[in-house]
Amino acid sequence: MKDFVDFLNINALFTDEERLVYQTVHDFVEKEVKPIIADYFEKGEFPLHLVKTMGGLGFLGSTLNEYGGAGLSNVAYGLINQELERGDSGLRSFVSVQSSLVIYPIYTFGSERQKEKYLPGLISGDLIGCFGLTEPDYGSNPGGMKTRAVKKGDRWILNGTKMWITNSSISDIAIIWAKTDDGIQGFIVERGMQGFSTPEIKHKLSLRASVTGEIVLEDVEVPEENRLPGAKGLKYPLMCLTQARYGIGWGAIGSAMDCYTTAVSYANERVQFDVPIARFQLVQKKLADMLTELTKAQLLAFHVGRLKDKGEHTHQMISMLKMNNVRIALNIARTARDILGANGISLEYPVIRHMVNLESVKTYEGTEDIHTLVLGQYITGFQAFNPFKK
Amino acid sequence: MNIMVFIKQVPDTETKIKIADDGKSIVEDGINWIVSPYDEFAIEEAVKTKENLGGEVTVVTMGPKRAESALRTALAMGCDKAIHLEDDAFEGADAYSTAKALAKVIEKHNPDLIFFGKQGVGNDNTQVGQLVAEMVGIGHIGTCIKLEIDGDTIRGEREIEGGRETVETKLPAIVTAQRGLNEPRYPNLRGIMKAKKKPLEKLTPADLGLSADEVGLAGAKTVYLSLELPPARQAGKKIEVEPEVAAKEIVEFLKNEAKVL
Repeated sequence: MKDFVDFLNINALFTDEERLVYQTVHDFVEKEVKPIIADYFEKGEFPLHLVKTMGGLGFLGSTLNEYGGAGLSNVAYGLINQELERGDSGLRSFVSVQSSLVIYPIYTFGSERQKEKYLPGLISGDLIGCFGLTEPDYGSNPGGMKTRAVKKGDRWILNGTKMWITNSSISDIAIIWAKTDDGIQGFIVERGMQGFSTPEIKHKLSLRASVTGEIVLEDVEVPEENRLPGAKGLKYPLMCLTQARYGIGWGAIGSAMDCYTTAVSYANERVQFDVPIARFQLVQKKLADMLTELTKAQLLAFHVGRLKDKGEHTHQMISMLKMNNVRIALNIARTARDILGANGISLEYPVIRHMVNLESVKTYEGTEDIHTLVLGQYITGFQAFNPFKK
Repeated sequence: MNIMVFIKQVPDTETKIKIADDGKSIVEDGINWIVSPYDEFAIEEAVKTKENLGGEVTVVTMGPKRAESALRTALAMGCDKAIHLEDDAFEGADAYSTAKALAKVIEKHNPDLIFFGKQGVGNDNTQVGQLVAEMVGIGHIGTCIKLEIDGDTIRGEREIEGGRETVETKLPAIVTAQRGLNEPRYPNLRGIMKAKKKPLEKLTPADLGLSADEVGLAGAKTVYLSLELPPARQAGKKIEVEPEVAAKEIVEFLKNEAKVL
């Protein structure tokens, strides 16, 4: 497998199909993403023209066997995320949201009519979706959300504000989670519905090649047929997040790989004191630590992926995967930045871009702290992130 | 239309080649194997032709077990079925004994239109497509950069020194693909999963009516005596003076040291 950092011969564990999936996504990123992504990042723009290409190649909703999905294993899905994030976290974020936070809930909790109406377009890339759970005052504590949906005849009236929403201003539909008299429920809100707007968040210094925005809902009337019938309660949006976090656990490996390989080639080429800096013990120690952490992260992702293929994963495993792999990726990016010296801050190299992207990836989809406390609860039985809950 | 495309699995073009201890083969450990880049143009043209005119594409390769993944790639790109000439007796073939075996596949399946890459990257003999055409007794259009099909006539353009020529032949015929013929597609993920279910037939020399000593190393007309890596690059020379003086020095260098002027 070309350019696959593979200290432990992990490629031997993949199926032929998984290796081919890797090759396709890897080639796509090499040819279509890498040459342009630094410019998009600098301009603060998402490369929207890649969406239909990715849909055409089967990158969206790829684990589904129906509605145009390729029917891939979870490991192959992971490799897609890894390679896209080797390009840029923004691109992987797009695919995570579309696949895990829009296609997944419609497929899992939606009606037949909803599936037929939305899934083919979402999978081909003709439709773009976003996921509205987080609010300005409710991030780690989504259960406290203020967005409300009130039933009025055969319609629901939605009011509230969602914040930090990937894809918001380029989306055709939004999965909005709102409190009802019957607990938290999900609604498919379409662009064009009166009172629905999506202002973009500007001045980000991270995920600049990705669209982030708000969703403002002012008396938006949503027909009952747009309510997701299979999801009542906070558990359901959290199930979506478990899917997305799984992909992030793989995606982070992609950033880390790109930073690692960049640092290795830089260290071999950069000459100081008449020798390549790769000759110096301190540089070697950094590279050795990077490779070790990267390899451990790969094994964690691969193993959780195979468990997920068998339906034997738990959400705590995915918390560990997301927490660990993003943490090590960020550390690898920072170390690579250091090895590259002054060049490490230039967009001519991918390292600083990955590094600042990963600052977002660390926070979104469950912060490192929250995932730590999820594991704390698993170990001790005590839930520590909500001081008022026994 | 019954279309056949012949491909070869080769080391990635970025591979750092190491010569084996025998001095006439390469170390295969750690090599990333790919479909030879010119064969990708051949696959694309075959699949495109099928999409335009209907029919079926059979992809064929000769090679060890690992070559199966090249066939899977071609199936994922849209070929319908695969034939794998896999047998120890095929090993060590040169262009001639390769062509001999491949010609038998054509005689067995009677395809209308046959594609090859113009050469297999790595050995770069640029012979197999033409040899097969000769052995089967059909026409061929070599190093083709543009192809038109009109009933049972095909017209191909090829680049020649200083210009282009257009040649025509009747089907069945062989076309060898050159860069520029098309833009090969990525094997899409749906195609990859479907490829798993497409038929892949294995053939031995006996299946082709050949004896073991007619194929592979035994049937070869040429043998490798030795392989050598290109000489290591010498350190460069920097000329740090004003442009006018530098130009003179460079001319001197090219004349007297490099001896290329």
